[in-house]
Amino acid sequence: MTQQLPGLLDTETLRKDFPILDRVLHDGKKLVYLDNAATSQTPRQVLDVLSEYYEQHNANVHRGVHVLAEEATALYEGARDKVAEFINAPSRNEVIFTKNASESLNLVANMLGWADEPYRVDSDTEIVITEMEHHSNIVPWQLLAQRTGAKLKWFGLTDDGRLDLSDINEIINEKTKIVSFTLVSNIMGTVNPVEAIVRRAQEVGALVCVDASQAAPHMPLDVQALQADFVAFTGHKMCGPTGIGVLWGRQELLEDLPPFLGGGEMIETVSMHSSTYAPAPHKFEAGTPPISQAIGLGAAVDYLSSIGMDKIAQHEHAITEYAVKRLQEVPDLRIIGPTTAEDRGAAISFTLGDIHPHDVGQVLDEQGIAVRVGHHCARPVCLRYGIPATTRASFYLYSTPAEVDALVEGLEHVRNFFG
Amino acid sequence: MYQDVILDHYKHPHGRGLRDGDAEVHHVNPTCGDEITLRVKYDGERIADVSYEGQGCSISQASASVLNELLVGKELAEAQRIQEVFLELMQSKGKIEPDDTMEETLEDAVAFAGVSKYPARVKCALLSWMAWKDATAQAFGEDRETTARKTA
Repeated sequence: MTQQLPGLLDTETLRKDFPILDRVLHDGKKLVYLDNAATSQTPRQVLDVLSEYYEQHNANVHRGVHVLAEEATALYEGARDKVAEFINAPSRNEVIFTKNASESLNLVANMLGWADEPYRVDSDTEIVITEMEHHSNIVPWQLLAQRTGAKLKWFGLTDDGRLDLSDINEIINEKTKIVSFTLVSNIMGTVNPVEAIVRRAQEVGALVCVDASQAAPHMPLDVQALQADFVAFTGHKMCGPTGIGVLWGRQELLEDLPPFLGGGEMIETVSMHSSTYAPAPHKFEAGTPPISQAIGLGAAVDYLSSIGMDKIAQHEHAITEYAVKRLQEVPDLRIIGPTTAEDRGAAISFTLGDIHPHDVGQVLDEQGIAVRVGHHCARPVCLRYGIPATTRASFYLYSTPAEVDALVEGLEHVRNFFG
Repeated sequence: MYQDVILDHYKHPHGRGLRDGDAEVHHVNPTCGDEITLRVKYDGERIADVSYEGQGCSISQASASVLNELLVGKELAEAQRIQEVFLELMQSKGKIEPDDTMEETLEDAVAFAGVSKYPARVKCALLSWMAWKDATAQAFGEDRETTARKTA
């Protein structure tokens, strides 16, 4: 009973790009991959680019004058151009390649810890995050607070899975140096009101860092429109390979802020007494970078752009709307997070009566349905809602209404099994 | 993996609830978030009671129920032997096919043989057994005052 929903992509054609989606598991069960918020699958267009790179162009970048080195460098720097265009960065030099979003966020925290005035985070200053952050946007700030004596504050959550901004003027104040928050929650799917937070941060002169890990794969991302100072995301959730992340930062900040990791590539000159540094982005890319991974991310960006990020967002919105409706028909199912598709991404967490999520996930797996179970690296959210863990289904551009139906049927089976 | 025996223990747990004990421990499985609070009560070397309260997946909760049924009334040395056999089975990665001797020793606990194929779930099955071992060590520990939280 596959539904025809308005705004869907032609998934029948599109799924042919993803060979893994044809996998058959456990004696004939077709794979239903609903763990896209953890990692997305990789289209053939990206796999081909990776193979071609290793078969034809593999060399270290920015070193050597031979043909392969020049080709590899051109491909690597070409990927930077593609990413810069994808996020509408004013300059390609504002795009720093890291190994993942965690490294990007740690990089910002460490730049600020070592920075001079006016950016320096110290014991007289405050850091602001939210209760719905992924651990990767909590722990680096806890570490920074512990090391500098700065005070860590955060926005709490409302019962329906939104940020509670009622005391925004108190939480973000003249002492605040940095506000770091997620654009889209990885556990609840909530899309946060960037504008209100950025406006208040700008009023008090605080920097803004946006974790766009769950946004960049799913919606048009325009760093200029966001008006943030830093934006972090990762490649493997947006059809790219693992091992490649991005930190975008405003050029003047990248010029002023100190490097974090030292090594090859990030220098201008080195003597035994001191060194001077290369300009950004190289200043922040010490050592041999993840070359093939960056090139793979460039290919992923090409792939997503060829479909259109607005069309992908529309597709996922339709799937999400259908999924939240269908899931709420399952008895005893409680969605943790927004219960409508408004201002919401395609990651949907839920509990199912008192059946433990690990049991839910295991019985779904037996039916070929891959979901994530646990606290999703966002344990404070589970604590906030008084639950040990959730089951999370997360959709992407290749997800279909039939897969939503399969999930709902699978959950009925789980209920019967443990009922 | 989900044998009827396991589901039965999950739905109708044996000996659940905290009662008088010589030592109490609280163990957590951080990957699943399974938790158990477990007390042991000894009558000399004989296990008079193993009482517990917990939350978590069916595997962890059923395992605690099986443990209660299997160990209460046994002598400590016999219980330790059973625990070792269960540990060996759970660490076998599905490679041990329980024989009659093992079935005789483990009774309902042989039903967990299938769980040993799932590395992520082995810790769930072992949670209560590790808690029991720890609580027993505390109950018989040299320094009872500091290691065991005596429960009146």
